[in-house]
Amino acid sequence: MAEINLNNVCVEAGGARLLQNVSASIRSGELIALIGPNGAGKSTLLKCALALMTPSAGTVTINGKAIADLSPIERARLVSYLPQSRLLAWPVRVRDVVALGRYAYGASTTKLKGEDTAAVAAAMHDCDLNHLADRRTDTLSGGELARVHCARAFASKAPLLIADEPVASLDPSHQFQIMSLIRAYVDNGGGGVVVLHDIALAARFADRLIWMKDGEIHANGGVEETLTEARMKQIFSVTAIVAKDQNSWSLTVTGGCS
Amino acid sequence: MKDHELIPLLSAIALAAIIAACLIGSTAMSPGRLLAALAGAGSTGDAIVLWEIRLPRAIAAFVVGAALGLCGAALQGLLRNPLAEPGVLGVSACASLGATLALFYGAASLSPITVPIAAISGALAATTLLSIAAIHTSSVITLILIGFGLSSFAGALMALLLNLAPNPFTLSDLISWTLGSVANRSFDDILLAAPLMVVGLVFIVLSRRALSALSLGEEAAHGLGVDLPRARSFVILGTGLIAGAAVSIAGAIGFIGIMAPHLVRPLVGHDPARTLAPSAILGGVILVLADIGVRLIPAPTELRLGVVAALIGAPAFVWIAIGRGRANG
Repeated sequence: MAEINLNNVCVEAGGARLLQNVSASIRSGELIALIGPNGAGKSTLLKCALALMTPSAGTVTINGKAIADLSPIERARLVSYLPQSRLLAWPVRVRDVVALGRYAYGASTTKLKGEDTAAVAAAMHDCDLNHLADRRTDTLSGGELARVHCARAFASKAPLLIADEPVASLDPSHQFQIMSLIRAYVDNGGGGVVVLHDIALAARFADRLIWMKDGEIHANGGVEETLTEARMKQIFSVTAIVAKDQNSWSLTVTGGCS
Repeated sequence: MKDHELIPLLSAIALAAIIAACLIGSTAMSPGRLLAALAGAGSTGDAIVLWEIRLPRAIAAFVVGAALGLCGAALQGLLRNPLAEPGVLGVSACASLGATLALFYGAASLSPITVPIAAISGALAATTLLSIAAIHTSSVITLILIGFGLSSFAGALMALLLNLAPNPFTLSDLISWTLGSVANRSFDDILLAAPLMVVGLVFIVLSRRALSALSLGEEAAHGLGVDLPRARSFVILGTGLIAGAAVSIAGAIGFIGIMAPHLVRPLVGHDPARTLAPSAILGGVILVLADIGVRLIPAPTELRLGVVAALIGAPAFVWIAIGRGRANG
């Protein structure tokens, strides 16, 4: 079990308020989808939760300890991170990228020991990467590369996962595949937060939706409770028809409004 | 090729190159005479040629090349760009400026360690400036331009010193630092720089996993548990020490740090950590071979090693830059 708590977090940069009194928690056993228009403060919230950014006010704790007090290694063992950019500086081999997930355990790409080897092998298997193990990452398709990054996050065996638009620029089938992998990770005891722009996808996979706009959280709750036509208008300024059919949600935007 | 085969293979090539450097020269030495001289037998003339001239020179070329190859690989890993290198980033130029200042003001006569320390101070000043710039900009092009500015500025100051040189003796000393050479180096020169290189090596070795992690970008590396400020300062400090010590042996020699990692990278799966050791050995081999070339090319005065390295290296730099521009569309 692990839990990250953000308490009345504010972030200011260059006179602009990026986050305003944001409180939320990310915990094991729950998948949160963070939803909101561009510039709503979603990435800023994630960066505060990862100690990539220091709030100007408020606190961020992980398992009760201030996140800034944890060493990078201690933090990385509790929470793994998938940033938006999947680009690699070098065309490294797939297996080596996944092995980087074991960084916080002292593993190096050149030498993997028992537990690290097992974790890397399991993550490669779960993400269906075995046949790609020796491929250069610059020869992979966008969907394959997204799976490689998921595998390196899973290989760390961290109880929490923070993913910033993990399905951006992927086709529908790969979006579904990546979200299924993250869902399986949560069902096996993990917990996490993902930024998603596809609200129907978020509604299908997430346990809870956090709706953000202008640096504030406007709603935070279950899908049934918070996904409404009024909410779509409030957050995205669009009129939309929201419908549920058994387990899957559909969303039709019928027009923008001002 | 398997990773564990590459290092022994390169080491064997390095050994062969150093042996060749001892055999080849204005008067060729036969392998039999070389063995006799190594064993302490043979003629006094041969012993002097081997122990006082050829072997120290070959080892100096290897050590300097290895230092530059390693620094290039480490800086490229840190900055995530294959064009980063002590020469291109102005580190070598600042180091030789430090050394020439020490020579010019006569500080070199105070203690033999003065020149290496001055060179390393110059190198560290440059790497520190670059690392501050690296925090403020994510653009490597900007960094390379800053390096270009540093190089030009250090070059201008050195030109000024040449201009003001009081006598021809100082002048030729200064020129030799600017152009780079391993001629007339003794084992003492190498031993003086070696401890500083070893300290720098420790810093680089400690950061090698972070360099691999940085393949994913800085934010992802942070997420993996990399202590970014620490990794950055270790690589900067390590390369400053090593490049500065290399300059204190041979003056400014450019482009080895670009060529060696570029050739090695495809053989080790492009992993920055695995690139380090082979780049160092290959950098050493390139410089030993270039120095053999310097000694063989008939010229009224011996060509400077730094000049030859730049003649090979600068086109390689352009070639890599063009390839990279194409790859990025």
